[in-house]
Amino acid sequence: MHAEPTAVLKILSDPTRRAIFERLSRDGEMTVHALTDPSGVSQPAISKHLGALKLAGLVRGRRDGRETYYSAEPKALAPLIDWIGFYSTFWNSRFDRLETLLKRMDQ
Amino acid sequence: MMQANDTKTLIVEREMPHSLDKVWRALTQSPLIEEWLMDNDFQPVVGHRFDLRADWGVVECQVLAIEPNQALSYTWEAMGLKSVVTWTLTPTSAGTQLRMEQSGFRPDQQQAYAGAKYGWEKFFTGLERVAGGLA
Repeated sequence: MHAEPTAVLKILSDPTRRAIFERLSRDGEMTVHALTDPSGVSQPAISKHLGALKLAGLVRGRRDGRETYYSAEPKALAPLIDWIGFYSTFWNSRFDRLETLLKRMDQ
Repeated sequence: MMQANDTKTLIVEREMPHSLDKVWRALTQSPLIEEWLMDNDFQPVVGHRFDLRADWGVVECQVLAIEPNQALSYTWEAMGLKSVVTWTLTPTSAGTQLRMEQSGFRPDQQQAYAGAKYGWEKFFTGLERVAGGLA
């Protein structure tokens, strides 16, 4: 059920997806229409983001008649809240930056 | 990796095609540390206390040991985590093998990280930067 930390990080690195996830976490279950109204983002775009969030296990959809109600799955954040996972990603990205710096120091 | 006292250790290791001396400078000179790690007031002096400052918070550190061109370790305290970061440099035919070991993770520290003291916004800002490095 849990997504990989890297996958969750990548999904949430997009500000619109993050806003959707935060809104669902805060305000509870919502339809795509309710999510679209105040966002200034088109409905197809919101739907696409919801699809990505669902794939990462961060959002769940419940079908009721013609509407789908989306809700946040904060449990999917577990891999991120794990220290080791966070720092593993953190240090690997810092190693990349260190290598970039070392290359520059040659010049 | 689990140890007897139930703390965990994270190891990140990479061989870099650069001299020991150069890698050492990047690890121990404050303006260079800022370029790849974080804004800081590091000084290569045992016992020196310094802060690493990122968007997601401040890491409080103290230098524990320095062996020029070989090893550097400092405490790393941030968001409820008390740990020790140790850098080890080993010469190789191609350059330098750089190893980072962060020890002191305990299972209960996950709670500290998730705590209300650090809001979602900071948490995600930090993640965004980390994720930017993954792209």
